[in-house]
Amino acid sequence: MQEVQEVRDEWDARVASALSFVRRRLTGQYEVDDFGFDTELTDYVFHPLLRTLYKNWFRTEVFGIDNVPKEDGALIVGNHSGTIALDALMLCLAVHDEHPGHRYLRLLAADFVFRLPLVSEIARKSGATLACNPDVDRLLHEGQLVGVFPEGFKGVGKRFSERYKLQRFGRAGFVSVALRNKAPIVPVAIVGAEEIYPLLGNIKPLARLLGAPYFPVTPTFPWLGPLGMVPLPSKWMIEFGEPIDTTPWADQADDPAVVFNLADQVRETIQGMLHGLLERRPDPFMD
Amino acid sequence: MDITGAPRVVVVTGVSRFLGAHIAAQIAADPRVERVVGLDRANPPDDYEDLLAGVDVRRVDLTRNTGNMLAKLRAEAVVHLAVVSSPQGSGGRAAMKEQNVIGTMHLLAACQQAPTLKRLVVRSSTAAYGASFRDPAVFTEDTEARDVPRGGYGRDILDIEGYVRGFRRRRADVTATVLRFAPFVGPTAETVLLRYFAQPLVPTVLGRDPRLQFIHVDDALEILRRSVVEDHPGTFNVAGPGVITLSQALRRSGRVTLPIVEPLLQAATRLGGVSLDQVDLFVHGRVVDTQKLTQEFGFTPRSTSVAFDDFIKSHEAGTVLTPERIDSFLDMIKGVRGARGSRGQG
Repeated sequence: MQEVQEVRDEWDARVASALSFVRRRLTGQYEVDDFGFDTELTDYVFHPLLRTLYKNWFRTEVFGIDNVPKEDGALIVGNHSGTIALDALMLCLAVHDEHPGHRYLRLLAADFVFRLPLVSEIARKSGATLACNPDVDRLLHEGQLVGVFPEGFKGVGKRFSERYKLQRFGRAGFVSVALRNKAPIVPVAIVGAEEIYPLLGNIKPLARLLGAPYFPVTPTFPWLGPLGMVPLPSKWMIEFGEPIDTTPWADQADDPAVVFNLADQVRETIQGMLHGLLERRPDPFMD
Repeated sequence: MDITGAPRVVVVTGVSRFLGAHIAAQIAADPRVERVVGLDRANPPDDYEDLLAGVDVRRVDLTRNTGNMLAKLRAEAVVHLAVVSSPQGSGGRAAMKEQNVIGTMHLLAACQQAPTLKRLVVRSSTAAYGASFRDPAVFTEDTEARDVPRGGYGRDILDIEGYVRGFRRRRADVTATVLRFAPFVGPTAETVLLRYFAQPLVPTVLGRDPRLQFIHVDDALEILRRSVVEDHPGTFNVAGPGVITLSQALRRSGRVTLPIVEPLLQAATRLGGVSLDQVDLFVHGRVVDTQKLTQEFGFTPRSTSVAFDDFIKSHEAGTVLTPERIDSFLDMIKGVRGARGSRGQG
């Protein structure tokens, strides 16, 4: 009887908490920051949904979370893969759930994301913003953690045969931003996202028609329709490397030699961590 | 005239409308100001009669050459508020452009010929930044719009600011203050946006939840007043700090939304009733940085959230989803659970 009572209390508490959440949402009594980040919606809706994938589907393991600063701004720079940017979302959850300060990672997204209805709103509400200098400066100035994937679409849209090979870093704008704001760069390697939607091909005319950067063909998509959108349950590992102090070069943000040098250093660190993680994970679909 | 002191003669344009009438009355009440002249093409409504008792109201059409009127009045400060934001109520888009652009040109020409002029305050709008998916999340005063705004109002604003820039070059001795206002809210002001929020069934854009900012009319008036009696050269964003999303605003005001796909709204702009300015704002939203304003004026407007709540309190009619109704619904759910719980126990 005692046990039943406790169970009921727990459920009553959950229902009460859910009802008060619904009440706050329906009456608009919540806070949204200047970028549109809705902390409450992220905590109550986005994170629980992602957590199921993170824990049960991908069995994610995280290493080196101590390398993420306790406070103050930093740029978290990672490898990008997996056809859709699920790796970015898992990285957000890894930072929030594993970090003692439960910090939020603010992602930078391509303008393509903000052109799409619904996607743009989910992006803003989950804390992402447009990858542009004014926004990054503002976030770092506020002392936020900013997540960047310098490979961009070249990373997510690459073929399965090129998995875990870092693509070009482009202009390495993230280095200039870090230097200008004297923010440390934390390299991060993500293993597992490459196998969720193995990209075999790209139907370019369809991509152009939809205004998308590419139209993916995987072993299951578009053949199985919506079922093909279920990611394969690969084993994920995320490793944060040691922060790179950018203050010695703070006044050389516009020097391409310095910028490319640092970008190469970050790139090699991530590539090295990727190889290390892959050795520890002999088979992508076995723990 | 003491450059930092209050001007003796102040001319206010757009005096028959809310902002113009109220700022003219406030300045007229300042004992340091000897005379306030209010200009407008239309006569002020009757209920402003008491308010404008101390103001010398004149019917002047700014879209015609006003000659050396400002010089004759010995104007020391000009507050230009005769800028309209929507074709509704101003006789269509052509008349709106005429009043905004041509009206400003004539007024600035008159200002240039007024040797006594020391201060010029111009109403602008955050619409100057446009709204697009390629824009940064927050606009500072020196952010340039990525795209020329598609809407008529945004383009008018850019033209107006362009003419003010030219005026600044020609009359460097005049302190010019350009105030980029966010949409106004307040218990008494009537604006297009507020009419929008007053509908019981409010159309929104499907899959979009723009970030919005408002400025409380009382704070807007305070900033205007300080711009007239003090020296604040430059261009400033005038908005309540913080953000409210459209969905949040509609929930707070208890409205029911009607999401419409974007292409349909685009088509509706051709029929009139909704402008491209509004569509772009309701798709992409617009947030500005107000740090420069706070530092220069030593005054922080009430936050967007507080300003909007003040507006809701005074416009409760038409509310469908009141907090009380939501509460009673949620209590009902709790009640059902409670009843089940007690049955289980018994």
